[in-house]
Formats: sequence, C-alpha cells, structure tokens
Amino acid sequence: MWHWSNVTESLPVVLRGFRLTLLATVLGSLVAAVLGLALAIAGRAPTRWVRVPVRAAVAFVRSTPVMIQLFAAWVLLPRLSVTVIGVGVLGVHYAAYTSEVYRAGIDAVPRGQWEACTALSLPRHRVWRAVVLPQALRNVLPALGNYAISMFKETPFLSVIGVAEMVHQANEFGSEHFAYLETLTLTAAIFLVASYPTSVGLRTLEERLARSH
Amino acid sequence: MGDFIAALSHSLPDVGDGLLTTVEVTALGAVLALALSFALGLGTGSPWRTLRVPLRAVVEFFRGTSLFVQLFWLFYALPILGYQLTPLACAVVALGLNYGAYGSEVVRGALAAVPRGQWEAAVALNLTGWQRLRLVLLPQAWPQMIPPFTNLLIQLLKSTPLVSLITVGDITFRMQQIRAGTGDTRDAYLLLLVVYFVLAAAATSGMNAAERRAKARLGLGAAAARRPRATALERAASRGAA
Amino acid sequence: MPGPTDSAPLGKPRLRVPGDGLDRITFEGVVKRYGDNTVLDHLDLGVRRGERVTLIGPSGSGKTTILRLLMTLERVSDGFIYLDGQPYSHMHGPHGTLVPADEAYLRQVRSRIGMVFQQFNLFPNMDVLANLTEAPVHVLGLDRDEAEQRARDLLDLVGLADKAHAHPTRLSGGQQQRVAIARALAMRPEVLLLDEVTSALDPELVAGVLDVLRDIAQSTDITMLCVTHEMAFARDISHRVMMFDAGRVIETGPPERVFNDPHHERTRAFLKAVL
Repeated sequence: MWHWSNVTESLPVVLRGFRLTLLATVLGSLVAAVLGLALAIAGRAPTRWVRVPVRAAVAFVRSTPVMIQLFAAWVLLPRLSVTVIGVGVLGVHYAAYTSEVYRAGIDAVPRGQWEACTALSLPRHRVWRAVVLPQALRNVLPALGNYAISMFKETPFLSVIGVAEMVHQANEFGSEHFAYLETLTLTAAIFLVASYPTSVGLRTLEERLARSH
Repeated sequence: MGDFIAALSHSLPDVGDGLLTTVEVTALGAVLALALSFALGLGTGSPWRTLRVPLRAVVEFFRGTSLFVQLFWLFYALPILGYQLTPLACAVVALGLNYGAYGSEVVRGALAAVPRGQWEAAVALNLTGWQRLRLVLLPQAWPQMIPPFTNLLIQLLKSTPLVSLITVGDITFRMQQIRAGTGDTRDAYLLLLVVYFVLAAAATSGMNAAERRAKARLGLGAAAARRPRATALERAASRGAA
Repeated sequence: MPGPTDSAPLGKPRLRVPGDGLDRITFEGVVKRYGDNTVLDHLDLGVRRGERVTLIGPSGSGKTTILRLLMTLERVSDGFIYLDGQPYSHMHGPHGTLVPADEAYLRQVRSRIGMVFQQFNLFPNMDVLANLTEAPVHVLGLDRDEAEQRARDLLDLVGLADKAHAHPTRLSGGQQQRVAIARALAMRPEVLLLDEVTSALDPELVAGVLDVLRDIAQSTDITMLCVTHEMAFARDISHRVMMFDAGRVIETGPPERVFNDPHHERTRAFLKAVL
C-alpha cells in the first residue's frame, strides 16, 4: 500500500512544483496588495462614475469562483503564458478581498484626523500619504498576511489551466507511477509545514500590533 | 453566441441537474461543516487538555492543507488504502472537514466573546455544563456567528466548481460539456460566473434574514426592544434549576 | 476696551472695537440645516479685526456649527460668509453672481483661518515636531529648516520646548492640546477658532491650556472665535460675548455687561445654570 520509494522518487518533482507555487503566491500577493489599495481608494472617489463601477466590479469578482475566473481568463487571453494568467487572476481575485480590508482600515481612521487636515489646508496627496494611510495600514498588515496564506492554499487551482505547480506535479507523477497516495500525502504535508508556522507567526504579529496601541 | 444558446436550450434539463447538484453539494457540505464547527469549536475551547490538544491539531491540519489537495486525496489516494467513496461523498466530506475546521474558530471565538458574567451566573444557578451551553451561552453566541458563517458559506459555494474535477456533475461540469460540444468558450464561463453570483447573493440574503431573526429572539433587534422579554438566563433558570 | 454697545435681542450687533474698524468675518443670513433640523436660522454676524469673541449658550444652539462653517468643515445651506469683505463661502461666478466656492478657491483662502479641536486631533503617526511642520512645508511652501525653527519657537511659546520629538500619544491631554494650538498657529492664521478646547481635559490640566491662550490673546492681535464653558477665561480675554439660543444670537455685549447684567431672560437662565 504505502511505498516509501514513491516518496523519495517523487520528492524532487513535487519540490520543483513547489517553487512555482511559491512564485505564484508571492507575485499574486504583491498584485493583490497593490491593486487592492488602488481599488479601495477608487471606491471612495468623490465622483459616482468611478466609485460605483469599481465597487460593483469588486463585489462581482469577490462573489464568483476563482476557478471559473481562471478558465475565463485562459480562453480570453490565449496568447499569455498560463503562469502569467494564473498570477494575474489570483492577484485580481484577492485584490477584491484586500480592497475590503483596506477600506475598513481607512474607515477606521477617526473623522477628527480628516478635519484636522482640512483645518490645516493640507493638499489631498499629503492627507493620504502623511496622515490617513499610515494610520489605516497599521492594522491591515495581518489581514493581508492571512490572505497571502489563503492564496498559497488556492494555488492548486492553477493546475486546471496547466500551470506546473505542486499539485499538478504530484498528480502527474502519481498517475504515471500509480503513487497517488504518497504524492498527495507528501503535497498535503508540504502545504501544512509551509502554512502552519506562517499562520502562527502572523497571529503573534497581530497580537503584538494590537498591544502596541 | 447563437450556437451556444441553442446548445444551452437543448440541454436545459442537464443544466438544471447541474444546478441542483451544485446546490446539493453546497447544502450537504454546509450541514456537515456546521456540525463539525460546533463539535470542533466546543472541543477546542474545552478545559480538558486531552480533548483540546488533539482536536486543535485536527483543526490546524484541515486549515493548513489545501481543500484541493484534501479532495484529490479522498478521490485518488483513499482507494489505494482500500476505501472507496463516491465522488459526491468525497466532495461532501472534503468540504465539510475543511470548512468545519474554519467554522470551529468562529464558534470558539463567539463563545469566548460572551461576557464572563453570563457563565458565572449560570454556574451560580447550578446549571450543568451542557445546560450552560445550551440555555445560556450558545443562544447568545449564535447571532455573532452568523456573519462569519455567511462568509464561509459563500466561500464554500465558490469552491464547489472543484468537484467537477472529480466527475461530480455540478453546473460547472455540465457547462464544460456544453462548451466542448459547441466549441464556444467565452459565453459559457461568463454565464457560469453570473450563475454563481446569483447563488451567492441568494445565500447571503438568506443568511441575513436568519441573522435578523436570531437577533430578534435574543432581544437585540428593534422590534424585540418593544416587547419585554425574559433574558436567556431567566428562562434557563426556570427550566434548568427545576 | 470696547466702546458703547447696542445689543438688540435679535439682529445685527453694532459695536466698535480698537483697530481699523473693518469686519474680519461677516455672516449674512446664514442658514444651516441638517435634514429637518435648522441649526442656524438666518444668522447675521460681524467680527472685527483683532476682536476676540466668545460664543456661549446651550448645546445644540449652533455655536460649534459657526466655527465648523468658518473652517469649511460644513457648507452653508443658505446665506453668505465673507472674510475681510471678500466672499468666503462663495466665489465670484459669471456675470457678477456668487456661486458656492469650489475646493480650489477654498484652498486659497482657508489657510487664513486656523482651528483647535476639542479632541486635539494630533496626527499619531508623527512626532510633535512633524505635526507642526507638515502644513507649513506642504501648504505654505516653507523650507524644512524655516518650518522647524518656527515650530520650535511655538513650542517655546506653549511651554513644551523639550517635547519636540515626543510622540503625541505619550503626552497628557493638556500637553496635546497645547501642541494642537501650536500646530494651528504655525500657519500664522489671521483668525483662530477654538472649539471647546478644554472640555475634554481633566480639570487639573485645563489651567495650563487657558494660560497659553491668555498669553496669545495678550501678545498678538489675532482674531479669535471661542466656544467655551470657561466663563472666567471668557471674561479675561473677550472683547465681546455672544449668547446663542436655537440658532440665533439673542444677546451680545462685553463680558462684564453680559455676565453681570444680562438683558435677555434666557441668558439669565443659562448663566444661572452655568456660573
């Protein structure tokens, strides 16, 4: 039933996939972090023509499955590499989540801060850069970290459009050598070993940030 | 587009089946997840270490490994060990375990958020542990659980396309079949996105209604504020102490 | 001190004050509504250059709203506000009309007014010095050294010279409010608005802040509009006290007169409850 030889033979293949998994997670998280902030600020635009479409698009992306979004992007953009599509879709999908986190962080900045900025006639870009965002972002970091971890665990979806990430590699080896048991268990273990300590680290960071207030 | 609509209308019963299957998988998965949320949530919050620690490990295991991997493991790896689950069973078990683990944190957090005084008063009234939970703590914790549960439910719904990969005939599976038949791709996926969006909106409004009702029963809503109600504690005292 | 007064229970106060006698601030028929609630009801108001006016009255009578309108935190529902005779709430539109001022116009004139808030509203992500230099650098265009020098001079003035690099959250309420006063003064405003600046302070810290404000009153001719419950302070620094009720000025005059010999019945009732 369980053959350790399968584990040792599949390990290099699976780890090669893990490299791509990590790459996709890091790049996707960067896209989500930056795009999410842009969407949050756009979602507060004074003009309705910007605010409403942005909020509607965010709600739509957030409420629909990432797997279908991957398929849709894949057929709409056949000339892009699947890795680029994968990173892009993950980034956009999670930007919809992070924009809500940013929005909550911005809303949490007390109104008195905005009023003090008006009283001092600060220009709009200084209001955001020097006063509002530094306060808004302080609490956003742990939530962003959690979404990065979630994204990490959703990278296997990229396998459906052919990205050679970890699960894709595990399945390929598993089907060729009838070693599904070992490869999938190995993959699960790698996910656990990578995500659990990160989650714990993030939780302590969150607690420390909460205490420093 | 015309081809697609034609093919769609021809296979309407299949599409309907697919939709029902999606709803079925979501509902069954959610029910299992809910049950496990409470079982694991109460367990990980229990004062007994022999219960708390292993269950905590179970929760972290299912939260830390990917749902995708869990599903594929049940479908491809489990048979090698000699146990065979139907694709539907694999789907429901994987969804239930994964989201049950996340849900357990919601339950644990909501129970911990009930003011300590409630627990102390329940002890003072000589209620047993189960009575404390059932009559005093859970009714107060429940309304706080609904919004995070709603989020988890929507996430569960959004993970169901996964099951099409292990041959469960949900709406994604059916649409893929139609797509393969007509060679059309774009419209099928756009339509799928809209279908899931509508399902998510329906689920959200249902949960919001449930939240309003739960809050009203607890005397937290505006309508309830106009009626004098016995507190959960008072009702528990009259039932439990007897 | 002020010359002969003429205070009618309602309407325009006429008052002479030392100075060139021109109005720094003029309210003309100002109305402010929040939904169905009319907070200011066709208010006419004049404040001279260099004049210090205290606004008193029950809460909800509209005193703070006047300050907020002047600081452009709210817009008028009706009527006009002028600064030094020039439109402030409005700007010149086509064919000599007055249209509501847009942000670009307000940005040009707003710096002449400064405000100190009840809740201080210091920026917690900057130290004290940065709080004081932010606006002078980015709005007035001062270079950093100049702004820092000005900031340090002001910190001397408010008695917090050693706190330049302290973090606002580590300071007491009284210290924070003094920093807030310095921050407003760093912009060299012509008008200083003080919105219940001691109401959020523990009693033993109030005196420190009021002393600073007294110094400023005595050593500068800045126009001040003050909403406060501190009647002794009002008596010390004000040229004029205005009693508000339900969005209208019901009495106005020099502090000794209003406090010792209120003409209006509601002023009497209010002072009896407060003094």
